[in-house]
Amino acid sequence: MTGRPQPGDEGEGQPWVKSERQHERERTRRSRARRSTSIATASSILFVVLVVVLVTNAPGWPRVREAFFSPEWFVRALPDVASGFLLNIKIFLIAEPLILIVGVLVALARTVKAPAFFPVRALATLYTDIFRGVPTLLVIYLVGFGLPALRLQGIPTDLATLGIIGLTLSYGAYVAEVFRAGIESIHPSQVAAARSLGLSHGKTMRFVVLPQATRRVVPPLLNDFISLQKDTALVATLGLLEALRQAQIIATSKFNYTSYLVASLLFILLTIPMARFTDHLAARTRRRRA
Amino acid sequence: MSLLTIEGVWKNFGDHSVLRGIDLEVRSHEVVSLIGASGSGKSTLLRCVNLLETVDDGAIHLDGQEITDPRVNVDDVRKRLGIVFQAFNLFPHMTVLDNVTLAPRRVHGVARAEAEERARELLDRFGLGGKAGSYPDQLSGGQQQRVAIVRALATRPKLILLDEVTSALDPLLVVEVLQVVRELKEAGMTMILATHEMGFCREISDTVCFLDGGVMLEKGPPEKIFTEPEHERTRDFLRAVLDSGRL
Repeated sequence: MTGRPQPGDEGEGQPWVKSERQHERERTRRSRARRSTSIATASSILFVVLVVVLVTNAPGWPRVREAFFSPEWFVRALPDVASGFLLNIKIFLIAEPLILIVGVLVALARTVKAPAFFPVRALATLYTDIFRGVPTLLVIYLVGFGLPALRLQGIPTDLATLGIIGLTLSYGAYVAEVFRAGIESIHPSQVAAARSLGLSHGKTMRFVVLPQATRRVVPPLLNDFISLQKDTALVATLGLLEALRQAQIIATSKFNYTSYLVASLLFILLTIPMARFTDHLAARTRRRRA
Repeated sequence: MSLLTIEGVWKNFGDHSVLRGIDLEVRSHEVVSLIGASGSGKSTLLRCVNLLETVDDGAIHLDGQEITDPRVNVDDVRKRLGIVFQAFNLFPHMTVLDNVTLAPRRVHGVARAEAEERARELLDRFGLGGKAGSYPDQLSGGQQQRVAIVRALATRPKLILLDEVTSALDPLLVVEVLQVVRELKEAGMTMILATHEMGFCREISDTVCFLDGGVMLEKGPPEKIFTEPEHERTRDFLRAVLDSGRL
């Protein structure tokens, strides 16, 4: 239909036979690629060796190795820290969908132009301004210790629930801004096309703008979620026995910091699948379009 | 009675008046072309008709109803109109079929199966039968523009607005899109088109309007406008087009 020649489409002309010049070009490219790989490997090995030599020859290395890299303490700390880490995962899994809901709703509230919704829009703006400005740690303190102190009926007193509320309030503001940036990045012609078909503002958002905006903001969103996975450790300040708190208990009572290393490794183990999942999503979108 | 009446419409962008008291009547089944240089107000006039722009003075009536009345529900007006844009503006995250069935399903409440059946009929009619499952970026420009036309037709509008629908296409693709517009005329569709395709405009239009600096300088049957225009500005414009080899 398009009339454009496709690769492999021989059309009326002669079939393509690779010329000697092209063979020569490809040989050159292959040999250059081999050379690049060798150089990259050599320089990586050199770099790692240098770092190891530098660290292990530092005057304080024997003591650091004993305090942070003790295999014995690693094994002893692992069960407690790992069981604490389950709480981190639980908090993360509950907070994440809540944050997404808050983020989308607040971002949408800021796009509504109808005058009746002025208070909603103003409130949404105020919310993002305040909760992006206040450090997450303080939000968790205020929610964790302040809310129950009100002694209102129906206010949860469970520390994990309060920690989740605090994280949701703080991260909801960031995620709302991410969604808003995504919504604003959709070209006005898309809105014009949707509105011209008779779609209302709400339906235009739901069917045309948000689906496109969401695809665009997946990478920054996942970045925020990786950050959230780490910040679940902040609920330790409420006295919850999660990974960091468990590591702290071991470290301060036994004077060995290997437990912190254990906690760090567990957090890394959680974030790496997240990064691979992002890649997987991106690849799937590309395949669908191919 | 006329389907669309435009009376003394003004549109300002800041201090600049893009439309300066435009009058126009369009009868059912009539094809009206707007010609004139870029910036003469052709696109703005079309965008005013489907209320993508708010007029600053004057009135537009559709089917006897004043649609420029601020109390009118704009979505109800747009349900009866279709517009096709120069840059296609298809929804990139939807398949061709979803692009076409979105408005029938979500605005007009047509059931999915029925909407898809009608969409497939229309796609077949315009040579896009095999493309229902494709995404817009897998199509050529001409195919995308034909999908955009089908999308506008899917809600059975009373009037279709075509805003320089071939300006973003190479000459080969222009031909296939213009063929679709010809078919619409044969089917009796009422259309207003802003265009730079003078030969096509002459062939297809019942009425040609020449816009110059937001004023409708001249309007009449194509033979009259193209052969014996009354206005000096119209003659200049047509001569410039002729010199550029586009007539």
